[in-house]
Amino acid sequence: MSPAPSDKPFTLAGRTYQSRLLVGTGKYKDLDETRDAIEASGAEIVTVAVRRTNIGQNPGEPNLLDVISPERYTILPNTAGCYDAAEAVRTCRLARELLDGHKLVKLEVLADQKTLFPNVIETLKAAETLVRDGFDVMVYTSDDPIIARQLAEMGCIAVMPLAGLIGTGLGICNPYNLRIILEEATVPVLVDAGVGTASDATIAMELGCEAVLMNSAIAHAQNPVLMARAMKHAIEAGRLAYLAGRMPKKLYASASSPMDGLVR
Amino acid sequence: MQIQLNGEPFEVPGGSTVADLLQRLELTGRRVAVELNLDIVPRSQHADTALREGDKVEVVHAIGGG
Repeated sequence: MSPAPSDKPFTLAGRTYQSRLLVGTGKYKDLDETRDAIEASGAEIVTVAVRRTNIGQNPGEPNLLDVISPERYTILPNTAGCYDAAEAVRTCRLARELLDGHKLVKLEVLADQKTLFPNVIETLKAAETLVRDGFDVMVYTSDDPIIARQLAEMGCIAVMPLAGLIGTGLGICNPYNLRIILEEATVPVLVDAGVGTASDATIAMELGCEAVLMNSAIAHAQNPVLMARAMKHAIEAGRLAYLAGRMPKKLYASASSPMDGLVR
Repeated sequence: MQIQLNGEPFEVPGGSTVADLLQRLELTGRRVAVELNLDIVPRSQHADTALREGDKVEVVHAIGGG
């Protein structure tokens, strides 16, 4: 048997990763469930949010980074909840200090609470400042191929279009836009947001995404740890199918069993 | 003297530094980042950065997010 062609490694900001699944740490029942689900997912890159500490409330309570150790995982701080470029840049600078000079950030600037749709104008502004400041910017954006191209040209290290709105689990709503973004890609393209179940993650990978970032699909599953395992396999299956190249679709049947030697 | 800490009024003794404030909050040695009047205060400068009346201080940490 000929060996399977080896995949090129998934590389971000000069670091190579075995897993093409990136996971969030929000919406879990508690820190134990967070830790167990992330462990089961096999993810090596984990997103966190940056928020004010609760003054005077349980100073001894465990911190997320005690459970998800920056020594073991690549921590990807996000700017979730920011609605303009200035807030997002400020959050990234706080994150860099929090993580001892770590430069990798997930930029997301939102436009609207109901849709959590990205504000691409503010996203472009923030990206420009952050790239100039030396951040490695992974940017959450709409599935507009032109904006995706501009963000890559500006120096973002990865472009992360939504497949569906954040937290909806509606799956890959517009695979055709994603295909255009992927065809033009000069930096890694990751689907971020929209994945609801394992088959959605597989479709994203079959389209040719370098990786997928998800949170709700695991955290809001009935059994998050089991879904984390499912996602690990879904990502691997989708990647292998992408590399293998699917058969062409045909309208009419084509028999799999030979006609020769048929008992008549 | 009074400062604004994470958007709320907060009393600290006159002459307090950022390090004193963190000690008061029982956050010494914890993974937090501090911003003073919109500028980051690097961890190495917490002990040398004095607070003044009316200063706006933010102390942040990492929490779950996607």
